[in-house]
Amino acid sequence: MTNEELKIKLAEILPTATIEDAAEIGPGWITVNVEPGEWLAFAQQLRNEEALQFNFLFCLTCIDWKTHLTMVYHLRSTIFHHNIVVKAKLDRENPEIESVSHIWRTAEFHEREVYEMFGVDFLNHPDLRLLILPDGWEGKNPMRKDFEDPVNMIRL
Amino acid sequence: MYRETKILNDSSEASPLRGGLEGAAEEGDMIINVGPQHPATHGVLHLVITLNGETIKKVEPHLGYIHRSIEKMCESLSYRQFIYVTSRMDYLSAHINNHACALCVEQGLQVEIPPRAQVIRVLMDELTRIASHELWLGAMAMDLGAFTPFFHAFRERESINDIMEETCGARLTMNYMVPGGVMHDLHPNFQKRVKDFMQLYKSKVHEYDEMLTGNIIFQNRMKNVGMLSAEDAISYGCTGPTARGSGVSCDMRKLYPYEIYNTLEFDEVLETGGDSFSRYMVRVREMQQSIRIIEQLIDNIPEGDFLTKTKAVLKLPKGEFYSRVETARGELGVYIVSEGATTPYRIKFRSPGFSNLSVLNHIAKGSKLGDLVAMMGTLDLVIPDIDR
Repeated sequence: MTNEELKIKLAEILPTATIEDAAEIGPGWITVNVEPGEWLAFAQQLRNEEALQFNFLFCLTCIDWKTHLTMVYHLRSTIFHHNIVVKAKLDRENPEIESVSHIWRTAEFHEREVYEMFGVDFLNHPDLRLLILPDGWEGKNPMRKDFEDPVNMIRL
Repeated sequence: MYRETKILNDSSEASPLRGGLEGAAEEGDMIINVGPQHPATHGVLHLVITLNGETIKKVEPHLGYIHRSIEKMCESLSYRQFIYVTSRMDYLSAHINNHACALCVEQGLQVEIPPRAQVIRVLMDELTRIASHELWLGAMAMDLGAFTPFFHAFRERESINDIMEETCGARLTMNYMVPGGVMHDLHPNFQKRVKDFMQLYKSKVHEYDEMLTGNIIFQNRMKNVGMLSAEDAISYGCTGPTARGSGVSCDMRKLYPYEIYNTLEFDEVLETGGDSFSRYMVRVREMQQSIRIIEQLIDNIPEGDFLTKTKAVLKLPKGEFYSRVETARGELGVYIVSEGATTPYRIKFRSPGFSNLSVLNHIAKGSKLGDLVAMMGTLDLVIPDIDR
C-alpha cells in the first residue's frame, strides 16, 4: 500500500482525525492526530484491520507542552512495514486516556512509565502502579516541565 | 542468596508486592525477592517472584535502582553534550547508542557524513556487537554454572577493548561518534589490530561450540525453556536476538538500513525455536555475521575526512526527529522533539531492554525457579539500559 492509499484508508476509518505527512521524522511516516476519546476504537482498528495490521507498538511516550500534554504512539506493521505516529492531546490538569495494553502488551510497561513520569491516568490499565520511582512518589511527576526537586538536582 | 523469604498466610492482606490480580499470591504461596544485589541479575534488578512450590506464578520486576533520569538530563544539555550521557545507558553497546543519537541530530541538521566516517562507524558498531555478545556468552554460561566459557569469552573481548582504547581512548564509554562523523581519526595500528583479532577469533570460535552448543547439560538447561511465540514477541515489543530467536524478522540494519548497511553482504540471523537455546544460537551466529561485515570493510576504508564541519553550536529546526539502530540487544530508537533551541525540548530513548524485560513474566510463568536464570540470561538484560 502506498502512502497516499494509507492516508485515504486511515481517513476512512476515522474521519475526524487530522492526517499529515511527517517526512522529517522518517521517510514515509504519517502523523495522525486523534481525540483521546476516539483513541481506543481507532487503536483496535489499526491493529485488526486486514489492510493495516499495525501489530508493533515500538514507542509510547508523552510530551509536556506546559499548556497541555501530548501522548505519542509510534506504530509499525511487521507485515507491511509502514510507520505511523498517533498523537492525542490531553488536558494537563486531569490527563486521562484509555489504556491499549490489551491490544499491544508492551504498552503495559510503557504506560506505567508515563503514568509515574507525567501523571497520565490510563483507564482500564490492569496494573497501574509506580514502576521506576520508589514508593512515596505518587503524584509527583518528575518529567513534567515545572517539576523542581531541591534535593536531587536533575536540571544541570 | 535471596534477600528475603516470606510465606503468605493471609491472602487478603494488602501488600504493595501483590500488584495485579493475575497470578496474585494465595495461601501457601511463597514470595521471594531476587536482587537487587543478586549476581544473576547483572546489575540492580529487583524481581519479586510468587512461587507455588517450585513453580513460578508471577515475576514482577521492580526497577529504578539505577535510574538517572537521562531523558530529563538531556533536556538541559546541548546537542553535542547529550551524546556523552547516552554511553551510560547500554554501556556494552556504547558506540551504537552514540551512533543512534548522532544519526538523529544529523537527520535534523540535514548533514551528510563523509564515506570514511560511515565505514568507521559501521566497523566500530560491529566490533561493539561482538564484544557485547562475548560478554553475554561468558556471563550467561556462568549463571548456568559453567565457569570456563567466561574466561574464553573475555579473552576475545579484551582484545576488542584494547582496539577501542587505542582509537577512542576509552574501553567502555567511548563517546567516539559525534554529529557529523567521528571525533578523531583511526589509530594507525587499527587495521592491523583488527586483523589480528579476527585471526584470534577464528582460531578460537570452535571452542564455544565444543564447550556449550554441543554440550548435553547445557542443551538440557536451554531447550524448551522460556518459550516465546512470534506473536507474543511482537505484541510485547521484543526486538533484537530475543525476537529473532522466535523467528521475527526485526533487524534494523536490513529493514531500515542506515549508513552503508545496504551495500554490505550479511544475513539476518533467524531461529524459529522460540526457546532459550534459539536465542543463544542467534547471538552466537550473529557474531560470525559481524566478522563477515568487518572482513568486507577492513581493507576498504576510504581515504578522506572523518568529520563534516558543523557549526560550533548546533540548533535543530522546530519539529520531531526519530532514528533507530540495531544495538546488540535490539532496536534503539531516539525521538527528539525540538523547539528550535540549542537543547532538545523532549527526548525519548526507546531502549530495547525495557521492552524485552516486560516479556519476562510471560515466559517465566509456569516454569521452575531454576530455569529463571536461563531465561534472564538469554534475554540479555542490561539494567542501566532498562532504567535509563
